[in-house]
Formats: sequence, structure tokens, C-alpha cells
Amino acid sequence: MATGKSSLSIIGKQTFIKYSDAVHSEPKEISREFSSRLAEIIQKYPSKKSAVMSALYLAQEHYGWIPLEAIRWVSEELDLAPAHVESVATFYTMYYKRPVGKYHFQICRTLSCMLCGAQKISDYLKEKLSIEAHTISVDGMWSWEEVECLGSCGTAPMVQINDVFFELVDAEKLDVIIDKIKKELPDLRYHTTSGELGTGMSDFPRSQVLGLDLK
Amino acid sequence: MQTNHHKILTANVHHLDQHLLSKYEERGGYQAIRKVLKQTPEEVIQEVKASGLRGRGGAGFPTGMKWGFVPKNLGKPIYLLNNADESEPGTFKDRLLMERDPHLCIEGMMIAAWALGANWSCLYIRGEYGYPAVRMEQAIEEAYKKGYLGKNIFGTTFSLDIVVHRGAGAYICGEETGLIESLEGNKGQPRLKPPFPAVVGLYGCPTVVNNTETLATLPWIILNGASAYAKIGTEKSAGTKLFSASGHINKPGVYEVDLGYSLLDFINNECGGIRGGKKLKAVIPGGSSVQVLRADELEGVKLDYESIKGAGSMLGSGGFMVMDESTDMVEACLNLQHFYSHESCGQCTPCREGANWVQKIVGRIYDGAGTYSDIPLLKSVTSQIAGHTICPFGDALVTPVLSFIEKFPEEFNTRIAQANGIPTFNTGEELSSQVLDAVSENAKNVAANV
Repeated sequence: MATGKSSLSIIGKQTFIKYSDAVHSEPKEISREFSSRLAEIIQKYPSKKSAVMSALYLAQEHYGWIPLEAIRWVSEELDLAPAHVESVATFYTMYYKRPVGKYHFQICRTLSCMLCGAQKISDYLKEKLSIEAHTISVDGMWSWEEVECLGSCGTAPMVQINDVFFELVDAEKLDVIIDKIKKELPDLRYHTTSGELGTGMSDFPRSQVLGLDLK
Repeated sequence: MQTNHHKILTANVHHLDQHLLSKYEERGGYQAIRKVLKQTPEEVIQEVKASGLRGRGGAGFPTGMKWGFVPKNLGKPIYLLNNADESEPGTFKDRLLMERDPHLCIEGMMIAAWALGANWSCLYIRGEYGYPAVRMEQAIEEAYKKGYLGKNIFGTTFSLDIVVHRGAGAYICGEETGLIESLEGNKGQPRLKPPFPAVVGLYGCPTVVNNTETLATLPWIILNGASAYAKIGTEKSAGTKLFSASGHINKPGVYEVDLGYSLLDFINNECGGIRGGKKLKAVIPGGSSVQVLRADELEGVKLDYESIKGAGSMLGSGGFMVMDESTDMVEACLNLQHFYSHESCGQCTPCREGANWVQKIVGRIYDGAGTYSDIPLLKSVTSQIAGHTICPFGDALVTPVLSFIEKFPEEFNTRIAQANGIPTFNTGEELSSQVLDAVSENAKNVAANV
């Protein structure tokens, strides 16, 4: 998390990070490791520019979101205008334009999930985490939002936590998941640096696409 | 009674070790590519044309014909792109293939690449599919190690590199030119056609974009022959298709069925019928961008391109969403319009502004603040979106809203009537003359319009 406590303002139970504050927070410098990984990725494409999306993922892996420094890093590494990199970063929803919690919940809200009770999941999570959508808990741990179809319609309702799907969720299951996260601080991220998915909470199935457990 | 469908794509998805190259090969994998490399590309294209295989991403365009558009001897590289963006609401079939049988996807890409003369290929997978992306990356790495990808595959002159490219949460990148723009490192905003990607695609070179399921079908066609494939299904809709069933059903999931299978049998057998013993109300048979069908329209409808078209909808991507009698159709309509409003790429004004307005108007009807002019207004706004945009997204957003209004006018009218203090008139009970009198002339016009 790139933000210090000074950038948090608290209104009632909700915690906001103002965009302007977040932009002006001081992020740590991106390491060589990321540059060499990006160089590897560039090699795979016929054109260097094609690596811009991977580069943004790398930057996000480092910063936790896409601050101006991330835009600058990508534009320097790929010889692109910062404005172009920003246009790409702001076009796609998976690049966070403001910080998110260490565990970011994305609840699918589109039709199949709606039919199977996605609204209840949103309502429950909002109460459980005591924060509004798009805001971060004071300890920097949690944030959530509703998103459009995640391609898990057969196992609705579902929630994606960082980069891992948790399918067929209900209030009870969410309780278990949240408790486990608190206890284990699991790695649930997709790592662009290694092309691997975090191995945290592997006792939960990684995919239930057929309703069968698959680890 | 479960019908025995052919298992062309899903024969091995139940094996939990199928993602390993050795297991895939044990079960007959990588034989089709060995066979194909002894044939000429023209022979392969002919075979695919003869099979009657049609694109499984949504449009249903004949695959062999699409390949035939690629000009030869331009002196430019040819690219094959595997479209695994799969963002159409209700669709999760390609995910199954990538997670459970990634080498099948790879072998399909190899066959297509050989036929097209492509040496570089990319799997464009939606960003949210972290787990399937990892499965695909691991499988590709394994294939490289074994010498099945890279240079001089199986001792031939054929070379192929495959790259997994993760999208980042934009529905529009499933549109082939949006995908190409995105892959080039830009915003995923679609291009005007023509020129078509087959002629001017990725980096200005001839490019073929095929859906994952389409490509995964190729190994079976090569091994068993085009005529064997063409025999399955119907005359115009050959083969099998994956349907991803969701919503108010007992057994949601991905099912492979022979095209031409009865839609109602599919709901009652494969999907296990409607949840909680409730009555079926409506079905969206092919992803959110196709017309909704009422339960009473489903008698005799078959799961193939022509039959569903005849019923007034489309087979689309096979995103099969089922709604029971408890579903509020205005809410369902609003839900989809929220999706389209969110996903419009913003390039064309009719779509960018129109999607927003359509959502707002449906939203106010849902909120009980609708007016009698809202239905004609929706028709007017949508008529200025459809056909007036660069890509088919404009049509895709208009289709559901118009079909919801057309198929369930009483639900929209009831909301509007309630909002205007007029007793509801869709209770199914006989309308009293008193109630009829209360319905204004305007309301009658609205009802007549829809």
C-alpha cells in the first residue's frame, strides 16, 4: 500500500482516500527485477508496444495500483508517451486508478449472479466490512466493489478476491473466508513477475466451473 | 432421460490430470497435429470447410470460409489469435476448456496456424481468468520443453510461438478488432471494417481471430474427418456446441450437446429443470446480447443456429440463462443495460451516450418514476444506436432492451402505471371497466406500440 495514514479521512464509519492525496503519496521505487521481467515479456511480442498491458500489470504488482510513477515507469521502459500509457491504464478496469485494500473483493453483479442473489452478497459484505464500495478500511486491509460479469455464471453468486475466484458464496462462506484471510494473510494475487497465481487458501477450490471441485 | 451427445470437446475434461502433456498424449492428444503436418495447408482448409464448423464465439461464421479470406503471398507475416476474452454475460465455456484441457486448445491453435501459415499466435484471455491463464501458460511451457512448440515442430519446417496475453477487464476486447487494438498496446476500441482483419489485422498484417472453442474442435475434425463432423448436428449447424447454463436451474454448468437438440429437453435433462419446482418464465439462449425468449415460445425450438433464429433469437455464444417465474423482468433488463452502459468503449457517440440514456430510462421505470412516453422514447433512442456504430456493440445493447419490452410489455407498463397512480392491469384477473377507464389514452397507445 502506497498511502500513509495522513491521506485517510474518516467520515462516520467510512474511510475515503481522496484521489488527489493518493496521487501525491510517495511510492517506493520500482526494482530492477521488474525491468528484467518486462524485457523478457517484450521479447515475446513482434512489437514492443504490445507489452504495455503486461507492463501495467507489473507496475500494479509493485505499487498495488497505478500511480503516476507507474505510468512514468511504463512509458520509459517502452518508449511510449505517458499520455498513451495513461489512456490504456484508464481504459481497462483491472488497472486500479486509486489504491485498493490489501484484499480487494469484486462481487459479480450481472444477470446470472443477480438471479442467484448477488445483491445479498454485496449487502452482507458492506455490513461485514463496514465500508462503502470503492473505499478502503482504516487498516488498509479491505475494499470491495461490484463488477460486471466475471465468467462464473454457473457457480453464482461469486466473488473474486484479488485474483482468485470464490464461487457459490453465501454469508456463512464469506465469514469463513474473511476469518481465514485475517488469520493467514494468504497470497491471492496473480504474479505477472512469475506468471503464477498465489497459493494462498489452497484448501478452497480454485475453480468450480462444473460444480466439481478442482484444485 | 439424458440424451447421449457426442463428446468432441469434453471427452476428457473430467480427468483431473488432463492438463498434463503426458496425460493428454496418453489419451490421444497431439496426434491430429502430427497428421496435419503431413497435409498441405490447402487440404486442411478444405477439410475444415467441408466439416461445416462455424465460429463458436457468437457470430457463427463458417470457420473455413473465414480462413479462406486470408490473402496469400503478401510477403507479410500472418497471425492467428485465439479469442478467449469470453466476457459475454452468461458465458463460461472456454474457461472450462482452458482449465481442464489446455493442450487441446494448444493443439487446435497449432492446426489453425499450420493451415494459415502463421508462425506467431496469441491467446488473448480475459484478465479476470487468472487460473485458466496459469493453466494455459503451464501447458504452453510444457509443450515448448517437449519441442511441440518453437522451431521445427515434429522435425518439420513448421515453427510456432504461442503467447498468453491477459486482457484487463474490457468486454469490448472480445470484438475481434477491439482485441487486435488491445493486443497492439492501445485502448481496445474497435476498428471500422473493411478492411477486415483477414487482410489488415494485427500490425497491419493478415490476421485470423478464432474463438477458443472453435479452435479446440479442430483436432477432432482432423482425426475423424470432416464428414464425420458434418454428420453430427443438423445440415446447416454441424457438430456439437458447448452451452454454459446458469440462472434458476438445478444443475448449472457447461454441457456439450449435439446441435439440433431440443431446447426444452436441455432445460429439463441437462440443466435438471427449474430450481425449487418453480415455473419457467424466460430464457436468454446465447449470451446477454441476444433476444430473450418467453417460456411459451420455446415449444419445438432446437439448439441450433437456424431454429433459434426462427424463434426470434440467436444461438450466440451459448451463454444459456434461465429465469423462473419469480424474476422481475424490468430488473433483469436494467441489470443488462447497466452492463452495457459500463462496457461501452466510448468511441462512438450513439453508443457511449445512448447506452447511458437507455440505462437511465429503464432505471427510472424500475424505480417507479417512469412516464408513459418512456417506452416510445426507448424505441426512439435505441433506433439511433443500432446500426450507427463502428462495431456491433451498439446492436448488442439495443437487442436485449427491445426484446424485454416486446416480450414482457405488461411488466413495464405496470411499473409505469403504478408510478402514475393508475391501478395495475396485468394481474391476470379480468380487468374491470373501472380500471380500463382509468388507463389513459396515452397508456393505451403505449400498449399498442409494444
